[in-house]
Amino acid sequence: MSSHTLPYTVESHPVTGLYSGKFGTWLFLASEVMLFGALFSSYVLLRVGAPADGPGAWLSHEEAHLDWKIGGFNTLVLIISSVTMVMAWASLKMGNLKKGKTYLAVTMALALLFVVIKLTFEYLPHIQHGLVPSHSTFFALYYTMTGLHALHIIGGVVVIAYFIGPGSALWAKNPEYYTNRIECTGLYWHFVDLVWIFLFPVLYLL
Amino acid sequence: MSAEHDSELSFFRRYVFSLDHKVIGVQYTVTALCFLFFGFCLMMLMRWQLAYPGEPLPIIGSLFGEAAMPGGVMLPEFYNSLGAMHGTIMVFLGVVPILVGGFGNYVMPLQIGAADMAFPKLNMMSYWVYAAGGVVMLTGFFVPGGAANSGWTSYPPLSDIATTGQTVWLFGMVLLITSSLLGSVNFIVTIAHLRAKGLTMFRLPFFVWAQLVTAFLLLLAFPPLEAAGVMQLMDRLAGTSFFLPTGLVVSGEVQQVSGGGSPILWQHLFWFLAHPEVYVLILPAMGIVAEVIANNTRKPLWGYRAMVYSTIFLGFMSFIVWAHHMFMTGMGTTISAFFATTTMIISIPSVVILTALLISLYQASIRFTVPMLFALAFLPMFAIGGLTGLPLGLPASDIHLHDTYYVIGHFHYVVAPGTIFAIFAGVYYWFPKVTGRMMNSALGKAHFWGSFIFMNVVFMPMFWIGLAGVSRRLYDQTAYTHGEAVQDLTITSSWGAWMLGVAQIPFIINFFVSARAGKKVAENPWDSTTLEWSAPSPPPHGNFATEPVVYRGPYEYSVPDRSQDFFPQFTPSEG
Repeated sequence: MSSHTLPYTVESHPVTGLYSGKFGTWLFLASEVMLFGALFSSYVLLRVGAPADGPGAWLSHEEAHLDWKIGGFNTLVLIISSVTMVMAWASLKMGNLKKGKTYLAVTMALALLFVVIKLTFEYLPHIQHGLVPSHSTFFALYYTMTGLHALHIIGGVVVIAYFIGPGSALWAKNPEYYTNRIECTGLYWHFVDLVWIFLFPVLYLL
Repeated sequence: MSAEHDSELSFFRRYVFSLDHKVIGVQYTVTALCFLFFGFCLMMLMRWQLAYPGEPLPIIGSLFGEAAMPGGVMLPEFYNSLGAMHGTIMVFLGVVPILVGGFGNYVMPLQIGAADMAFPKLNMMSYWVYAAGGVVMLTGFFVPGGAANSGWTSYPPLSDIATTGQTVWLFGMVLLITSSLLGSVNFIVTIAHLRAKGLTMFRLPFFVWAQLVTAFLLLLAFPPLEAAGVMQLMDRLAGTSFFLPTGLVVSGEVQQVSGGGSPILWQHLFWFLAHPEVYVLILPAMGIVAEVIANNTRKPLWGYRAMVYSTIFLGFMSFIVWAHHMFMTGMGTTISAFFATTTMIISIPSVVILTALLISLYQASIRFTVPMLFALAFLPMFAIGGLTGLPLGLPASDIHLHDTYYVIGHFHYVVAPGTIFAIFAGVYYWFPKVTGRMMNSALGKAHFWGSFIFMNVVFMPMFWIGLAGVSRRLYDQTAYTHGEAVQDLTITSSWGAWMLGVAQIPFIINFFVSARAGKKVAENPWDSTTLEWSAPSPPPHGNFATEPVVYRGPYEYSVPDRSQDFFPQFTPSEG
């Protein structure tokens, strides 16, 4: 289609040691750190600034009704999904597309499991009991932060689904390029996982 | 653009959904110029109300309908919408897109000798997300209650309880932030990976350095505003109270909110973006001016390395000065002292860059071309803007000047005769590269002198109006005695604005006529040294016929013992 080819789409640049896609992914993740960083900062500022009692006061653990066992189980689900993501990439590196796709499918299933658990055991029961975002500052933060995180999970699911499906046609043409794309997807996936590892203690334990 | 190279592509893939950085750059430039003009029109309307409060707007007043201007007289709500949208459109839809999306996209890959941006599809997506953001912003004018009317800063609690237009504004901002994120990733990777052989970092034209630092600012400063935007959307749509304090009273009634929120939190998150944003507005402008000055003084830039280091330092510092916008929020003297100190420090690299540009003029045989006139005017105009900022950076004097017309005068000197002049310099300078034709010089000079004179007529009086204590938010300053006393200056400023509008007519004519009928020129009409001038005008898809190689620094002008007074980066040394 184009009359030129761009260098470093597959091979690494001698100075940065990265191919362009991976470099771009890292930069994107840097901006994501700022996005979630702003939310965590807001959490700190609002919690420290909350009145000691009366309206607007910070919720106690009992009032928040968040079960650390559900959150903990979901943490486990995400950590396992990160492992299967690495297995997918490693399989592709060793030239096994079938195995790679299987691990991608497992990763996707675990991601969906996370979302289903979040919805059925946390969001829906909470909403039924009136613990909605407008209930308190804690729940405003809880829904905003976990909601944005859940959107990132769903975004990841869409990307993985694409690479299991139509995106895998690239393997036949350029297996290294395809493997690189899975590596970048993996970087993103580990980041999303990492955000939850921060969210879990902050919202469920602190 | 390059029909013979992409003849297999359909019209849509070539001009509308193009992956070519040059087409995308032109799309950005033209769209942003339209938005700049639209934003300017909003302001010309406001200036009528300010100059002649309560009088019906002649001729066109009846066009705006009863909801905005009954009987041709502007309602306060509509005035507020115009103010908020003027700021938003100028900053987020006009100046930044043209500097980064337009000039950055078009010129930067050419200057580094790349065939395209590192991620062409991302580049296309960045433009279309920006265009969608612009459309969403404009739809605000058609929702009940009109467009966003809580100022371009959207301070809560006002913005939390404002009409629907504010929600539209927030959705528009989320799209614009996404667009600039995609763009900034692309810029950084492109500059790091796709430089031509021999083009080391310290052989980069200063414009590329400015774009690189700008991209980092956009990448890291915008996400916190996105987070804040999401929180404000939650406040408005889900009834949360991130930014609403306990016991908030609106129109005499206590609001039923969960409370515990903090309006100041928004200000922190907003200015954490919006102060680096100021440097996003000014750094690429300095980059353009540096290119034009080096080319027209026929000398190397004085202190190129000092300028580069200053730019990097400026980028770092811009992240820790944001709260100087918030001296009046009661943060306390310790925090104020910290931010006043960092603000004084950040003025140093700006002065270094400006001084280097000024010394570059010394003993030069200056060619007074149209881009050079704009670049030369940039220097004193930006200096006025910068120096009038110092009293605002010190809490003691800021207490008097905060939120007055003095502030408006200050930052408009930086952005309007500063950045906008740099934008014009860039348009005149790179026009022959984009179209293969020169813009008319006589019309260009008429445009320059008109703009130069009337920019000052608009903004100079504002310093006196502000020192007299007139608040920037007033719909009718004659309601106060201290405002009435300086009303003549406000009328002068308004007439300056309308005349400034008239002064743009030669530019608009010049732009369209020259694109079709301007004098045809070869690839390097300005006898310039940087790589973009080695490509044909306009450059074909893929830019360079052979892979360019760079042999020397960017500004080798007036090299002794050479027949020509310039020694391009791309010309090998003899022997």
